[in-house]
Amino acid sequence: MEKTILDVRNLRIRYGGASTDAVRGVSFTLGRERLGIVGESGSGKSTIGRALLRLLPGATITADSLRFEDVDLLALSEKEMLKVRGRRMSMILQDPKFSLNPIRRVGDQVAETYLRHFKCSRGEAREKAIAMLEAVKIRDAERVYAQYPHEISGGMGQRVMIAMMLLADPDLVIADEPTSALDVTVRLQVLNILDGLVRDRGIGLIMISHDLNLVRNFCDRVLIMYAGRVVETLQASELDSAQHPYTQGLLAAQPRIGGSRAPLAVLDRKPEWLEEKA
Amino acid sequence: MSVSVEVRDLSITFGEGATAVKVLPGVSFSVQPGECFGLVGESGSGKSTVLRCMSMLTDFWKGDVLINGRSVRDMPLIERCRTLQMVFQDPYGSLHPRQSVRTVLNEPLVIHKLGDREERMRRAITDVGLPVSFLDRFPHQLSGGQRQRVAIARALILEPSLLLLDEPTSALDVSVQAEILNLLQRLREERGFTYIMVTHDLAVVDHMCDRFAVMLRGEVTEILPRDAIDKNRATHPYARQLIAASLEYEGAA
Repeated sequence: MEKTILDVRNLRIRYGGASTDAVRGVSFTLGRERLGIVGESGSGKSTIGRALLRLLPGATITADSLRFEDVDLLALSEKEMLKVRGRRMSMILQDPKFSLNPIRRVGDQVAETYLRHFKCSRGEAREKAIAMLEAVKIRDAERVYAQYPHEISGGMGQRVMIAMMLLADPDLVIADEPTSALDVTVRLQVLNILDGLVRDRGIGLIMISHDLNLVRNFCDRVLIMYAGRVVETLQASELDSAQHPYTQGLLAAQPRIGGSRAPLAVLDRKPEWLEEKA
Repeated sequence: MSVSVEVRDLSITFGEGATAVKVLPGVSFSVQPGECFGLVGESGSGKSTVLRCMSMLTDFWKGDVLINGRSVRDMPLIERCRTLQMVFQDPYGSLHPRQSVRTVLNEPLVIHKLGDREERMRRAITDVGLPVSFLDRFPHQLSGGQRQRVAIARALILEPSLLLLDEPTSALDVSVQAEILNLLQRLREERGFTYIMVTHDLAVVDHMCDRFAVMLRGEVTEILPRDAIDKNRATHPYARQLIAASLEYEGAA
């Protein structure tokens, strides 16, 4: 970890109208590495991703520090934020069916990223977009460029999303459940493409997921979240030697191929997990 | 009582004329009494359509579906509902938001003119591991796992013999999935249910099912026993690919 891309200290997020914080004092740093954030639904993992891009209108975000490279994310005006969002930091969302504009050609949506952030002609943006579609291993990129979202499959849609988010060559990509809408055969292809691009370009990656197998295979380090707090931080390779009972419980609850058919371990939630700190 | 299931040449076409699409060209499989049979395959391969045809939610299919030798087509509606019930994928969509658990569980009892309603409701809700006080809750007062338990209680209340499970845990977290899978296992041991379970997760198949069918574009490519998964003993190329991908994903290969 030669250079810190992101430094988050004591991040707290409260949605408008809520009586408690959704994220309660989360701290972590990110270098040029792949960081996984796992936890159950409602644990606040996606909220963190959205807060980093300031995509939470109406929510109150406070932190001792929320630095992305040289900028303080909390101090930026919305106008300045537009130069960061999509250009230096971008987010891949869960379901391409809902994230792509259904009435615009997919290629134009990819090229828009480039047009928006760089001075160039439409022709240049188109060329860049086609090259990027090829980089995410879409065969016949020219043809796909002209198609509409309903004409492409889910796996291809997710690759289009990846192309769109990597086109501006960001330093940080946040992938929020990038493959949970995909079938297992397609999922591996998409993850391998994302993984290859992130490594080649030295991009920092935050992978938000509820899937322990995914973070085990595609991340370097893992934060485990429970009820808005980080309960444990582990190297992905050492996931099996987790110390926290919540992490151990999640691992044991997972059915495994070739496992015994004894009843699966059920999580016994302890009230003290809500308050303790990692 | 455990029932056997026989599906023969089940085929269905959606649409008419030039735009007609044959979704299932001809599916056949049989399930032993008390067996848990899995249907796996990628999205769009027709897994859920098979269940919808078997339960007559979609009724314009051709072929035969026999339960203990009787065709589901010949069964009157009341008898069919007492024989088979379905549990749907998304507990957020399959419960009426303005009906309490009591209303949900009471309706089938009224339709089927069954007595001891209060007693039956209490038993059904206890069977799925929820306290009796939950009868007066509404879906928004329940978590995803609790909703899926209510959906299972709704299927159990008419005491069917065959449960059709359409991805019963894919909308749930892994910790909640474990609770639901344990519940389904326990009910099968206690009551001798026959399950037909659609899923895309081979780890769930390995945990729950005795045999499973791999589907591709509406066709059953191969029917395999559960223990074919961990050594990948499939012979059809697609089934091999699916199992290999699942093994690689689990990091077990």
